[in-house]
Amino acid sequence: MLQHYLSLFVKAAFVENMALAYFLGMCSFLAVSKRVETAIGLGAAVTFVLAITCPLNYLIRAHVLTEGALAWLHPSLATVDLSFLTFLCFIGTIAATVQLVEMAIDRWAPALYAALGVFLPLIAVNCAILGGSLFMAEREYSLGESAVFGLGAGFGFALAVVALAAIRERLRYSNPPAQLRGLPLTFLITGLMAIAFMAFGGIQL
Amino acid sequence: MLRGWLDRARPLFEEQGRLHALNPLFEAVDTLLYTPGHVTRGAAHVRDGLDLKRMMMIVVIALMPCMGMAIYNTGYQSHLWVGGGGAPLPGWQSALYAQLGLGYSAADPVACLVLGALYFVPQLVVTFAVGGAIEVLFASLRKHEVNEGFFVTGFLVPLTLPPSLPLWQLALGVAFGVIFAKEIFGGTGMNFLNPALVVRAFLFFAYPAQISGDVWVAAMPPDAISSATALSQLAAGEITVADLSFTTSFFGLHPGSMGETSTFFCLLGAGLLLLTQVASWRTMLGVVAGAFLAATLMNVADPTTNPMLAVPFHWHLVLGGFAFGTVFMATDPVSSAFTDRGRLLYGVGIGFFAILVRAVNPAYPEGMMLAILFMNVFAPLIDHFVVEANMRWRRKRYGRGAA
Repeated sequence: MLQHYLSLFVKAAFVENMALAYFLGMCSFLAVSKRVETAIGLGAAVTFVLAITCPLNYLIRAHVLTEGALAWLHPSLATVDLSFLTFLCFIGTIAATVQLVEMAIDRWAPALYAALGVFLPLIAVNCAILGGSLFMAEREYSLGESAVFGLGAGFGFALAVVALAAIRERLRYSNPPAQLRGLPLTFLITGLMAIAFMAFGGIQL
Repeated sequence: MLRGWLDRARPLFEEQGRLHALNPLFEAVDTLLYTPGHVTRGAAHVRDGLDLKRMMMIVVIALMPCMGMAIYNTGYQSHLWVGGGGAPLPGWQSALYAQLGLGYSAADPVACLVLGALYFVPQLVVTFAVGGAIEVLFASLRKHEVNEGFFVTGFLVPLTLPPSLPLWQLALGVAFGVIFAKEIFGGTGMNFLNPALVVRAFLFFAYPAQISGDVWVAAMPPDAISSATALSQLAAGEITVADLSFTTSFFGLHPGSMGETSTFFCLLGAGLLLLTQVASWRTMLGVVAGAFLAATLMNVADPTTNPMLAVPFHWHLVLGGFAFGTVFMATDPVSSAFTDRGRLLYGVGIGFFAILVRAVNPAYPEGMMLAILFMNVFAPLIDHFVVEANMRWRRKRYGRGAA
């Protein structure tokens, strides 16, 4: 059992890296990777939100959205299929979670709150987070699995964004052609990083 | 005399000269032959008085044993194949070799060297022609000097590739590697991935049929056991290490990518690199330690489910591109970690992931190349944390103000 969860974690973090295998969450991945410290903050926040929203959305999907899921409420609801509301509910959950996380961090860790700044609310519209929930639904993970998957996916994203930030810090002294400075070069670096991450492509766990 | 000729030609390339646009080319020829008047100013990664050009030349000299072995072994394997009843490979190399009339005898070193050179030299020429042309083009357009970084890359690239790779694919790969792994960052010393490895990775993913699995000679019939590398056979469970000879593997007389089969000749190169301190012993030590860690863990964990898990540690060192990667690829000073402790960690990561990919990834029998690329990506991060830790430690030791 432990081994199963461990391999799911490794798969979510490396083999199916959100940023470098699926290229999800690119907006914040590219924007918040100028410095390692802020990248760590973003990575931690994304990991946290993914780890919470994945199991939360699992519960919502299993007990409200899928066909017949509402039977526990009243027998007459056994035929109701609310799965067309999946996107709406998932995004709602994510936005609410981000709000709660934001308030909690503001209340108990004001220093971290200040460091994260605008990136914390922006996580609500980070497609890696929604992607995590949708993968969870598509692959029909259990509650435990979706929690581990969320944690792993978040860890993988954090690792990628922090590595990118470190590379960009080192490349500050490089001499790229003027047309490539800034974002274009970052896109190219992301592509090269993705090649390196292909080392894990094809691993069956 | 040569010096005089170069000096007479110099005005042509200077500011007002007719051939000013080709100045980088002139620079390159001039400084290759003579020590340049001024050494490593500014941007290169070298941080001591050692001339960048001399440093690169030491690496090239260290590569020479591997290169000789690559040529010999390529011919040797072909002769073995033909001697065993196989048809010579289709292609102009075989046709030309038949014209020479040297015969197909694996015991004849001259015949082996000639046939091997017929495969190796064209790859080397194409690599240098394509890479050099791009380098000169960028240098001319961007008004910097041609850097010798490509000199080493150019020698490394053919050594990591199978001899049967079509030359046009090689040209494409080299172009990709030189432009996207190096030139877009501003040339030698500013890249974060090893360009030679990017070339190989590009070819590996773009043309898997020619480079992976039964790497050695894709044109051979599929039942030819001699065409598959030892690693892919091990991974498939067709053989166990007991079927292989340790000595043969150590000296590299088995099929594989051209330069990487012989651990012995890589060690010769390693000796020179370590003696001259061009390569970091910390990186090499780290790689071996990481591999030891991973292999031992796997041997202990569960050697029954996957044949690769049972391969003992010392076999990993002599099979595939492990030694070549450790000595020549991982130690690239530009793309590895910069700090001493960082290099150790970086090496451990490479060794660990290389063995891990070999064992658990069914798609790739060889993981060395990808493991090094993967750690290249994380090298700046390792450095970052090593430096941070150092700063914290100093602050603690010397008090707040001293940091």
